[in-house]
Amino acid sequence: MDRRRFLAGTAAIVVLPLDRARATPEAMAAAIKKVVGDAVVREGRVTLDLPPLIENGNTVPLLVSVESPMTEADHVRAIHVFNEKNPQPNVFVARLGPRNGRAMVGTRIKLGDSQKIVAIAETSTGQFWSASADVIVTLAACLEEST
Amino acid sequence: MANVLVNAPKTARRGQAVEIKALILHPMETGFRPGADGRILPRNIIELFTATWNGVEVFRIELSPAIAVNPFVSFFAVATESGTIGLRWSGDEGFLVEEQVAIAVE
Amino acid sequence: MTARLVYRRMRVLRVGLALALVFGSTLVLAQGGGDKRRSGYQDMGPALQKMQDDDTANPAMLFVQLGQQGWARPSGAANKACADCHGVAAASMKGVAARYPAIPKGADAPVDLEGRINLCRTENQQAAKLPPESRELLALTAFVALQSRGQPIAPPDDPRLGVFREQGAAIYRLRQGQLNLSCALCHDDNAGKKLAGVTIPEAHPTAYPIYRLEWQALGSLKRRLRNCLVGIRAEPYAADAPEYVMLELFFMDRARGMALEAPGVRP
Repeated sequence: MDRRRFLAGTAAIVVLPLDRARATPEAMAAAIKKVVGDAVVREGRVTLDLPPLIENGNTVPLLVSVESPMTEADHVRAIHVFNEKNPQPNVFVARLGPRNGRAMVGTRIKLGDSQKIVAIAETSTGQFWSASADVIVTLAACLEEST
Repeated sequence: MANVLVNAPKTARRGQAVEIKALILHPMETGFRPGADGRILPRNIIELFTATWNGVEVFRIELSPAIAVNPFVSFFAVATESGTIGLRWSGDEGFLVEEQVAIAVE
Repeated sequence: MTARLVYRRMRVLRVGLALALVFGSTLVLAQGGGDKRRSGYQDMGPALQKMQDDDTANPAMLFVQLGQQGWARPSGAANKACADCHGVAAASMKGVAARYPAIPKGADAPVDLEGRINLCRTENQQAAKLPPESRELLALTAFVALQSRGQPIAPPDDPRLGVFREQGAAIYRLRQGQLNLSCALCHDDNAGKKLAGVTIPEAHPTAYPIYRLEWQALGSLKRRLRNCLVGIRAEPYAADAPEYVMLELFFMDRARGMALEAPGVRP
């Protein structure tokens, strides 16, 4: 996906009434621009593994893997993950190199609402590859008295 | 007391990419949530996790408040030589935890 | 406000449809054999099952590690550790969590596993009781419960437990709270269906203490029962009320033979 198509896509998403400051599709696009600059971001080579349906947004397993030989000459230099609706668009940046052998990073994130997650890999040859996932966060039942 | 769980192989073949998984007890307070008194709780997160292999940095991840409570990180590293994998978590309020595991490379 | 409500309703509907698709295919799974009972584990998606199954991914294992340290630490006026009397937990505690609640020697009322640990503290270690839901008590309970992982739930054949279990069963079927609901109405009559976005489980105590993602912490069956009572807008019983132990006796009998999987992960 090139940047123009990406921005056009995000602009079409309806922004719902918000009660306090939080990231928006626009904030995510801006955060991505800060990382990639004017470079073209192509869709592919990146796999973003997230459960499509999330039973609780407090702890959501996420695994990013990138097809790369991970050699001195051609490796993934960084993996950036962004989200649309948490208070801040940046989730994490992992710095990699040939010493990793495999470009695969896992962690667990918080998701306050259903939204789009984007992962972008930056290669040593200056290329940017991406993948995105739409996740649904379900509503919990029978909560604590304090909430 | 630091409370950390690390899963790394005890042995590996030279050149093999081994998976390392690490879990640490930490509140990852976002800085966006009100406490019981209605005032925003100050941010308290782990900002950085790094891994070294015999002292040479092989992996680094910068975390944000969007990372879940009790952070979990998994990554790969090429088994170059026998020695020590060093893991380091640092963040707000002077948080600093270091853990080491030994690995034998054949 | 209205827009938000409409949006929430739409979202619930969407989520319901997605859940039907995702979970519909897993409904055929059961305990094996002719046993149709389902642990809450079987109602979770594959990502959370994987989180529970991997001991370095399961956050409850952080607390087990604390519990292991607590097991070895001398405490109280007697300056004794659990290990001084009980030795290696893997041998001495195997199957213990599968038997509780039980009536301790010389007593006439049942205690749960946390209660038994606290009896050891006051009588043998001559230490203060660990407060309910305290990290130390949950961690020790999780460490002890782990030693019974895979063991079938096996309540003791103590006829004195019958009357307490029957009281637990009566509470289970009692309509209460502003919503006028009983436990049975959800967990017997509507188990497997959806409440908000969540599958209503059959309420088997197979994995306690659990790391509940909603809590982002380890918690006991009592805490989970309190959440249910609040959910039906009923007044929760006091932290040390015998009703919780009675309910647990009933649950353990109802889950007899199911495998313990503590410490579990639940949404």
